[in-house]
Amino acid sequence: MPILTAHNVTMRFGGLVAVDNVSFSARRGDITAIIGPNGAGKTTLFNCITGFYRPTGGTLTISHHEDAHPLRLDKLPGHAIAHKGRVARTFQNVRLFAGMTVLENLLVAQHNKLQDATGFGVLGILGLGRYRHAEREAMEQAKAWLHATGLYERADDPAGSLPYGAQRRLEIARAMCTDPVLLCLDEPAAGLNPRESAGLNELLQKIRKDGCSLLLIEHDMGVVMKISDQIVVLDHGKKIADGTPAEIRSDPVVIAAYLGESEEDADAAEAAR
Amino acid sequence: MAYALQLLINGVTLGMIYGLIAVGYTMVYGIIGMINFAHGDVFMIGAFIGLIVLTALTGITSIPLAIAAAFIVAAVLSGVYGFSIERVAYRPLRGSFRLAPLISAIGMSIVLENYVQVTQGALDRAIPPLLPGGVAVMRQHGFVVQLSFMQVAIVVVTLAVLAVFTWIVTKTPLGRAMRAVEQDAKMAALLGIDTNTTISLTFVTGAALAAVAGVMFLLYYGVIGFYIGFNAGIKAFTAAVLGGIGSLPGAVLGGLLIGLIEAFWSGYGPLAYKDAAVYSILAIVLMFLPSGLLGRHEVEKV
Amino acid sequence: MSRLADMLKDAGVVAFFALLVFAPFIGVQLGSNLRGALTLAPTPMTLAVAVAVVFCARLAVLTLAQHRAAVTLPRMPVRVQDYLAPAMLVLGVVLPFLPFLPNAYIDTATLILIYVMLGWGLNIVVGLAGLLDLGYVAFYAVGAYSFALLATNFDLSFWECLPIAGILAACWGIFLGFPVLRLRGDYLAIVTLAFGEIIRLVITNWVSLTGGPNGILGIPHPTLFGLKFTMSADPGTFAGFFHIDPTPRQHLTFLYYIILALALITNWVTLRLRKQPLGRAWEALREDEIACRSLGINVRNTKLTAFAIGAMFGGFAGSFFATREGFISPDSFVFMESATVLSIVVLGGAGSQLGVVLAAIVMAGVPALMQSLQIYRMLIFGLALVAIMVFKPRGFIAQRRPSVTLGATKRIGAEFISQGRG
Repeated sequence: MPILTAHNVTMRFGGLVAVDNVSFSARRGDITAIIGPNGAGKTTLFNCITGFYRPTGGTLTISHHEDAHPLRLDKLPGHAIAHKGRVARTFQNVRLFAGMTVLENLLVAQHNKLQDATGFGVLGILGLGRYRHAEREAMEQAKAWLHATGLYERADDPAGSLPYGAQRRLEIARAMCTDPVLLCLDEPAAGLNPRESAGLNELLQKIRKDGCSLLLIEHDMGVVMKISDQIVVLDHGKKIADGTPAEIRSDPVVIAAYLGESEEDADAAEAAR
Repeated sequence: MAYALQLLINGVTLGMIYGLIAVGYTMVYGIIGMINFAHGDVFMIGAFIGLIVLTALTGITSIPLAIAAAFIVAAVLSGVYGFSIERVAYRPLRGSFRLAPLISAIGMSIVLENYVQVTQGALDRAIPPLLPGGVAVMRQHGFVVQLSFMQVAIVVVTLAVLAVFTWIVTKTPLGRAMRAVEQDAKMAALLGIDTNTTISLTFVTGAALAAVAGVMFLLYYGVIGFYIGFNAGIKAFTAAVLGGIGSLPGAVLGGLLIGLIEAFWSGYGPLAYKDAAVYSILAIVLMFLPSGLLGRHEVEKV
Repeated sequence: MSRLADMLKDAGVVAFFALLVFAPFIGVQLGSNLRGALTLAPTPMTLAVAVAVVFCARLAVLTLAQHRAAVTLPRMPVRVQDYLAPAMLVLGVVLPFLPFLPNAYIDTATLILIYVMLGWGLNIVVGLAGLLDLGYVAFYAVGAYSFALLATNFDLSFWECLPIAGILAACWGIFLGFPVLRLRGDYLAIVTLAFGEIIRLVITNWVSLTGGPNGILGIPHPTLFGLKFTMSADPGTFAGFFHIDPTPRQHLTFLYYIILALALITNWVTLRLRKQPLGRAWEALREDEIACRSLGINVRNTKLTAFAIGAMFGGFAGSFFATREGFISPDSFVFMESATVLSIVVLGGAGSQLGVVLAAIVMAGVPALMQSLQIYRMLIFGLALVAIMVFKPRGFIAQRRPSVTLGATKRIGAEFISQGRG
């Protein structure tokens, strides 16, 4: 059973159809990429999956493990997508809690788990029993991600003071602290230098190896072709292709869509070939 | 029916005054995104300057001339007030954290109120009616619907002032600069617009409009005190928010609505809860239209 | 030389504006003649003095600005902050026993502590959760009136009423919080202000319940395990029980310790909550609401808890206010109170507990000591508000102390901290 199934997802804003009847599925344990020229509806589709928009039509289902009862994401309220749906996301323009430390960012991400252990705040305020234990575990998880992202040394610095590449890594670490089964990344490589980009690759591979599936929007064809197992191509809100990198590379419809767009993107497609 | 018509007339008159003040709120909010809490007190300052001019000229010139002088002097001097307030209390805080200008504005409001109290005393000041009389519009069951000359004058003056103001905003280089700074202050500055001057002139214009409203308030009610700025300011701010803050037609619409709500509530409901009714309606409208009636709905980009 | 000329020109321009601004208010004096008609008397000398003062002040500012180093405001060293809090706590505890301190000062200290408590309560909403509340006085009023009505109608004691009043205020916090959940920034500000005004208008006009503008009289003072503080030495009183001479100081001291304890509880709960998931979620909400949602934080509930807990402490403070005064009326719950408490929070440096104490001393203590200045008091208060904001826009203590660290605690600079958009 695929981890995520989109069935006839449509998103309309007034007269504008941003996502038009898109169906695809993301396989468990895979890295699935959504690509497409500017304005193809990638981010809108993403926002539907992560609960920031409620799709006008269609269904989105997630199944946490092979024989789990599938869960309708499009029925969940926004904040429950991460909590119950176990879908985490990052943002195109990094959204960190800039005035809180790196460590605090990672603890905020474990809010629901910790909040459940506070016994309506009373155990927490008094610092008793179950909460103590939960807090220690949360710290351990945070530390593990600090190590994984190479941010351990900067744990006590405000997130806003980190360099851009580190902020991107922290955002991924923060999303992972919610214990997701599906991590959605909105252009994770944007603005990274080649070395940081390689580091990102490694981090994403580790996340996948640990059992979390990935869904990403990416402009950088080099990154996409190298790491994804499956690629979904959108153009003008419609799905025009779906397949392995090799299939997509040779798909004439995809090439036409990119050539029709801009030189830069066409070059990227060329380079990927 | 006749009674309702009378309330409608009263409500529109009051709404015009609120609308003029609300325009100042909404302009300043649009251009620098702050609540100019002292704006209601500029209205009060305008009313007092009008009173002083009228007192000085009584017996020297004809009444229409004195009234005209009161409007002009009040508008000009209040404009200077608006300019000075921006320079002293807001400009040093521009680009700062959003709570600082708000507190500074509340401080400014306290300063203006107490400044007038200290210099001119805490007593209410009254003037005799300068434009008495009116016409009976309608008679029904012995109830006479009165349209006073003063009400006609207020509506005419407000519409004239708003027409000039609309012309300034839409047709003049200053208006273009204002709209440009409102859209994107940084970009406007890069394109050679003097943002500081534009913002100063926005304050001057807003203050002048408030002063016109202040003089009209004085002429209509005949009594003013140092404290009138707070209530009028809150009502006008409510009007601006109700109409959708940042929207100029919204401010006038909001003002008219608040005036009408007040008039009709006073006519039919318990008078003591008039203000509570205004605030409740504001809360209810915002619950369903979080950006006001004509405000642009901000879609948060994710 | 030309620099001096420039400075004189600049000061001249400022003085010209001052002339225009002052002319209608300082340059003339309204009065009325025997027939009741308005008169106008020119007062050119006062005007000249006022303009001259502005001219000289501007020159002084310009001269100072040339030696910029001299005017940079001192920043409070972090180490001083670390010692200041315990020092103030000790001072707070021993204050009533300082023998040379007149009773009036104890009373002023009690008043300051009421504002400290209100400031700490509002700090949860504004400083931590980043929600702009201009109507905090509503909860102060709910607390005061709940206590007064319960105590006078059902003959309950202060200690029985206090928790009820706090819970009622918290319920109002949730009730008023619901409709404004979707509102942002200035829309939130005006609606909270409107709620504050509605509550005041209702207590002014619901005469059968609240006594209207006349207020409620005869609210009982608190007792110490049933012992009253009166000027007689009856067995049922504090003085009578301990066989000492009754003095007003005993009652003042008792009241002082009640509010000190209430304030310290507020502080303790807030400090603990800051290190809890809930407190962290508040601060995260202030930093970025959308990111919070993406992490599965229920934004609605988090906002409501901030409103409720903030309101509860406001309600406690209101109860104390009612029991201390013995009389309440709507005049005590005007918008100026909300503005003062909000100023205390912002002046303190939104989010800082110690900052609130410093700001409350400045905002509540100094005016109380300036009673002799009468009508000038509020004028100076307003000017001070503007001046402090212009010179210290982030308040007295702008840095934030992280709620949890791996290594040594490093404070976070104000430039990273958001003030919220809600």
